[in-house]
Amino acid sequence: MSRIHVTTTVNGDAREYLCSPNQTLLDALRDELGMTGSKEGCGSGDCGACTVVLDGEMVCSCLVLAGEAEGRRVDTIEGVAEGSDLHPVQQKFLENAALQCGFCTPGFIVASKALLEKNPNPTETEVRYWLAGNLCRCTGYDKIVRAVMDAAAELRQERTAA
Amino acid sequence: MNAPEPKGSFKQVGTRPIRPDGVEKVTGKAIFGTDYKAANMLHGAIVRCPHPHARIKSIDTSKAEAVPGVKAVVTGADFPAIDDVMVRTGEVASSTLDLAINIMAKDTAYYDGHAVAAIAALTRQAAIEAARLIEVDYEVLPHVIDINDAFAADAPKIKESIETAGLAEGEEGRPNASLKFPSVKGDPDAAMAGAAHKVSGHYSLKPVHQGYIEPHAAVATWKADGKLDIWCSSQGAFDVRGLTAGVLHLDIGSIRVMPLEIGGGFGGKTTIYLEPVAALLSKKSGRPVRFVMTREEVFRATGPAAGGEIDITLGADADGNIVAADIEFQYSSGAFAGADTWAGVMHSVNHYAIENFKVVGWNVLCNMPKHAAYRAPGAPQINFAVESAVNDLADKMGMDPIDLRLKNAVKPGATGPMGNQLGEIGLVECLEAAKAHPHYSAPLGPNQARGVACGSWMNYGGPSTAAVSLADDGSVLVTEGNPDIGGSRASMALMAAETFGIPYEKVSVTIADTSSIGYSMVTGGSRTTYATGIAVIEASKGVIEILRDRAAKMWECDVSEVEWGEGEAICTGGENKGKTFPLTEIAAKAGATGGPIAFENGVNPLQHLPGYGVHICDVEVDKETGNVSIARYTAVQDVGKAIHPSYVEGQMQGGAVQGIGWALNEAYIYNKDGRLDNAGFLDYRIPVASDMPMIDTVMVEKANPGHPYGVKGVGEVPIVPPLAAVGTAVSRAVGKPMRSLPITPDKVQASLNGG
Repeated sequence: MSRIHVTTTVNGDAREYLCSPNQTLLDALRDELGMTGSKEGCGSGDCGACTVVLDGEMVCSCLVLAGEAEGRRVDTIEGVAEGSDLHPVQQKFLENAALQCGFCTPGFIVASKALLEKNPNPTETEVRYWLAGNLCRCTGYDKIVRAVMDAAAELRQERTAA
Repeated sequence: MNAPEPKGSFKQVGTRPIRPDGVEKVTGKAIFGTDYKAANMLHGAIVRCPHPHARIKSIDTSKAEAVPGVKAVVTGADFPAIDDVMVRTGEVASSTLDLAINIMAKDTAYYDGHAVAAIAALTRQAAIEAARLIEVDYEVLPHVIDINDAFAADAPKIKESIETAGLAEGEEGRPNASLKFPSVKGDPDAAMAGAAHKVSGHYSLKPVHQGYIEPHAAVATWKADGKLDIWCSSQGAFDVRGLTAGVLHLDIGSIRVMPLEIGGGFGGKTTIYLEPVAALLSKKSGRPVRFVMTREEVFRATGPAAGGEIDITLGADADGNIVAADIEFQYSSGAFAGADTWAGVMHSVNHYAIENFKVVGWNVLCNMPKHAAYRAPGAPQINFAVESAVNDLADKMGMDPIDLRLKNAVKPGATGPMGNQLGEIGLVECLEAAKAHPHYSAPLGPNQARGVACGSWMNYGGPSTAAVSLADDGSVLVTEGNPDIGGSRASMALMAAETFGIPYEKVSVTIADTSSIGYSMVTGGSRTTYATGIAVIEASKGVIEILRDRAAKMWECDVSEVEWGEGEAICTGGENKGKTFPLTEIAAKAGATGGPIAFENGVNPLQHLPGYGVHICDVEVDKETGNVSIARYTAVQDVGKAIHPSYVEGQMQGGAVQGIGWALNEAYIYNKDGRLDNAGFLDYRIPVASDMPMIDTVMVEKANPGHPYGVKGVGEVPIVPPLAAVGTAVSRAVGKPMRSLPITPDKVQASLNGG
């Protein structure tokens, strides 16, 4: 099977990879670019562990073909922190003990950041429905929801201060 | 004087610092089982039987081997001859006989998804394509999946070798029953006959999967010197090593297992599936081989917890004292004998002071994957029946269900009804805390109802090893062997910091590979914070003894004149009396006073105590659709001492939600051909964020005197009470008993419509 050459932008960096026509974006990120922060929990778009942002839209990267990233912008968990400065969502996940095993965590953090960029003041219900596509088996979601609400409050405060 | 004694006020224990591995896990840098890559590795794929029961007449691998990029193929014939080696795993010894057959079928495949061959190729795609070309000639055999069908006296026997253990003399077994385990106390028949109030019921539960989000994965490399290196995520690298050695007939010392971060296990990663297969393919190909299961493979070939069929009758006197229990149940363990039946019997009524009972458990084999431990293995199923019946009894007698439980609860003492040690247990305190909680008396909304249930888990201790060493700058390095599945590095660091009297931030924790530290049993059974915690505390104390000795050398006094205070040695006699040496200073001078400072020790503590939980659940039933939603949920638990309270709460919340999923959504669904119909997260629906409310937690801290800081173990208990708490709430909302899990909308609707 001939391979496709893809030029794309990942977390602001120009990147290239060769992929098979049937390879997923998730596989390209993990196997071709060595970015294993995005996880495969199901391969069918049910668990959200592979969540990335593609041209500003939250997607399951296991449901996107690697070739589709041509000329587009992909943002992954590896780009959420700025250098060693954690994003408030990441910091609040730590402070709230919102992870146990941590495997679903990258997907939750990418999804939560995407929510707060669209809706800086979500209700608990809005957080729960936005994150309904991300499965966590460890936490029962309580501390995750609290972490996202806390991060939202902090981001609002930062904005007010700025 | 020299060692930290049990004390009421702590400086580190009980605080909520950020976990040491947290930043790696929120930034996507942590390397989990699915993330590890070895240089020049091959990719594996497994051929799985599409039938629930079939004799393997022949396997033709020639077409697959001809595919470009295929480097090795193995079938059952490549594995060593099967023999019965017992290897310790978790809380029981496990036979490698069953394990080896489960890992790769020999002459018979016993379930849909049973591995029959495996391939290693240059790419995963090539391996998958080649796997399709392996031709297996099957003779399909009669299958039996439903536990009632499997238990029938005339059921087709799924294996000739099955014999029912535990029968009385002259008693007949059942074709697929591997065990009958009775436990009798007092005179249950007479006590039942004399009971003023009786309730009976039949309860059913389907097998459910642990549902960890990380699929099983392993990389193995068989080196030229005959040694085997394995990288995988598991609940215990030492047991991966031992089990792999047993299956492959290798010396334990020739295998080294490197633990990777684990993406959930809940008991399901206390065993092995892929490691020996990757090892043999690596031996054949001369290259590292990696396997990552698909989600479909995870459902079809790993896990599930036992399903159950349970008959129960409880009898109480006129005052509500439960005087007799008569319980008989069957648990399914898939195509191999299981261990949960014993645990089911032991956890049936051991939270009540019942003088007369007969509890009989049967283990039944069926054409499903080999059962695996799932959080409090064996307890939630039986607890669903017992606690639902207790609620029925409370209804029948017009008693408050918590008052009824308070009347019958086991109290601190020497021995429980099942013969286990009770000691300083906290069930009564939990029941009182639940009764006093605002949730218990809060008004209910329309179509809402409330259920309450309590439950227990015996917890465990057992073997663990830890080492503590000091760096020149006074950094404290803890090395242990238990994978961190939910914040245990933080708990270990807190206990070490408490013991030394130093800040948490000065301690780092490493989880070592199997050649770098002594044996530790799996992270499971609610044993790690208790047992490995003791190993860490004891190793810290060992280092403190060395520090005292070094300080005495520097003061030129006798070591008996040196005490250990908060992070410093204190001179209590002679000319230097009152002087102190901080840990950092002693560490800095270690080279001049005797060399590196380190202490490693193994422990085998067994002063663990059972934990108890009481859960309150409000449900709301949509009378049109039959959908049940959780309106409010509170979990109360005797946690001993919470070392890191946030992660204790997390265990309680996560366990409760798994139990809610078991009660409402989750089940293995097989079609008439014996194939699993819901092998994916879309159709096997675990709870999602929008299904759940906040899970309120109340930690009752009744310290365990058998642990320096009071730890009891917390992980298992919270999955035990939810099934009956949810089931009772739904039963009350619909006005009819709902005794078959999962309580799906169609069942609720049928019940509402008079079904």
